[in-house]
Amino acid sequence: MRKNSLVFLAGIVIVLALGFLMPWLLRNPFYFFAGYVVLQYVTIATGWNILGGYAGYINFGAAGFFGAGVYLSAFLFTSFGLPLPLCILAAAIVGAILGVLMGYLTLRIQGVYFAIATLGLVVVLETIVHNISGLGGASGMAVYGPRPPAWSPGPSQYNFTVMVVIAVVSVALARWVEISWIGRGLRAVRASEDAAECSGVPTLRLKLVACALSGAVLAAAGAPYPFYTSFVEPVTAFSLIIGLNAIAMPLIGGTRTWVGPVIGALLLASVQQIATVTISSELNILFVGAVLIAFVAFAPGGISDLFGRKKGRARL
Amino acid sequence: MTEAVLSLKGVEKRFGSFRALGPVDLDVGAGERLGIIGPNGSGKTTLINCITGVYRPDSGSVFFEGRDISHLQAHKRARMGIARSFQIPRPFIGMTVFENLLVPLDYCHVEGSRHERARAVLASVGLSGRSSDPSEKLTQLELRKLELARALVGNPKVLIADEAMAGLSEEEIDEVLAILLALNRSGVAVIMIEHIMHAVMRFSERVVCFETGRLIAAGTSSEIAENPLVQKVYFGE
Repeated sequence: MRKNSLVFLAGIVIVLALGFLMPWLLRNPFYFFAGYVVLQYVTIATGWNILGGYAGYINFGAAGFFGAGVYLSAFLFTSFGLPLPLCILAAAIVGAILGVLMGYLTLRIQGVYFAIATLGLVVVLETIVHNISGLGGASGMAVYGPRPPAWSPGPSQYNFTVMVVIAVVSVALARWVEISWIGRGLRAVRASEDAAECSGVPTLRLKLVACALSGAVLAAAGAPYPFYTSFVEPVTAFSLIIGLNAIAMPLIGGTRTWVGPVIGALLLASVQQIATVTISSELNILFVGAVLIAFVAFAPGGISDLFGRKKGRARL
Repeated sequence: MTEAVLSLKGVEKRFGSFRALGPVDLDVGAGERLGIIGPNGSGKTTLINCITGVYRPDSGSVFFEGRDISHLQAHKRARMGIARSFQIPRPFIGMTVFENLLVPLDYCHVEGSRHERARAVLASVGLSGRSSDPSEKLTQLELRKLELARALVGNPKVLIADEAMAGLSEEEIDEVLAILLALNRSGVAVIMIEHIMHAVMRFSERVVCFETGRLIAAGTSSEIAENPLVQKVYFGE
């Protein structure tokens, strides 16, 4: 276990170093523009998996948390000029609070009903934003982001590096949850809530912790978005595509470990980016649907499970 | 009987207008072996759920070591020392057998090394060889043993075995009985709910019989076997 942690730490250092150095090595800003989206989805999938994967509560409301992060950060920046790192932190805190609130209201119900209730969260938040003129209402608001600092060559590159940091912190958080007593308790909840409770696991409290962490990561993923697009409006901030990808990516990669959502997001988001440029932005939705059906039908454990099983067979 | 470790006073549980249990008064002595019998639907599992905190009784109180625990949540009761196994085994799938035992050890206070404790308990139920296997790969007998191991790893004072032997062969029943007897010798009170009469009669120091939610008879195994009320419940008039 300790050796694994060292390897993981080394991986983090390498990824962070690449995040800061790449902008100086690669000239074309488009790569960073596209890479931002991929990393954003790594963060979203990782955040979703803390509740959806470890605890087994399928949350359809990822877009609600993401959108809340987007709007909070846009509002804090345009109204108070808060620097981006503080906007991200604020989004994470509000995301955690939102997660606990959602948890309190919905965790007593399971399965399909939980999913429907979380979907409701997106609709409620989107409707609220639609009706607040201070946030631009339905017509949206322009956000003129700060100049990138001297260590970054341009805005696209800066946003990319920020997203690298957020993604790395999120993945590290998810891994810590997974290998700690929290993760073990959540997996027990996923297997049997009654048996977990009778083994001394405080199931409700643990699920609320999962909601809070998941919500914090999902909202943090949205915080730099206004600076990335320079414009926010409710339909894209609370887009169903985000909620769909948040579920599809961990399912494709595998929900049992932190690796699954990362693999799923890297794969699916990259393909989506390539498809958007080369084929059409509408077709990539069709692609997500087709891949999702294929995985649910033929590899319900996801990619990481396929490899895990192969390894097990090799050992025999 | 020594001092009661677990004590029920007028416990009653209703589902709508249907009274599933009670009112029941029942004491369980420290280190006692108590058997609970009764036909299907007589309220045995409801009784356990009231003791472990899965259900809150509508009236009456549950005392554990003299303390009223009627309003405590299930996980708090588990941490105090009330453990149970489930009628239909509920392993924590997605985890190895060893990890299954780490869950209660994470949340219940146990002195000494948690890993050593888990290994010792696995050895005591004969699952050492399966330690690193996924729990979903176990056989029915192994699942029952895992269910017991997970219940007793946190050093409970009372263990409730809910039909731990249903569907097992004669040799397998003997194996499970031996585990429970060994546990009882270490001072743990064991409440056995069972339909397999010869097993529960052999095991228990005292047997109580339930019918439509009420305790209708109590006594030693032979007293219960000869009790006309019990015979009526099981064999009709």
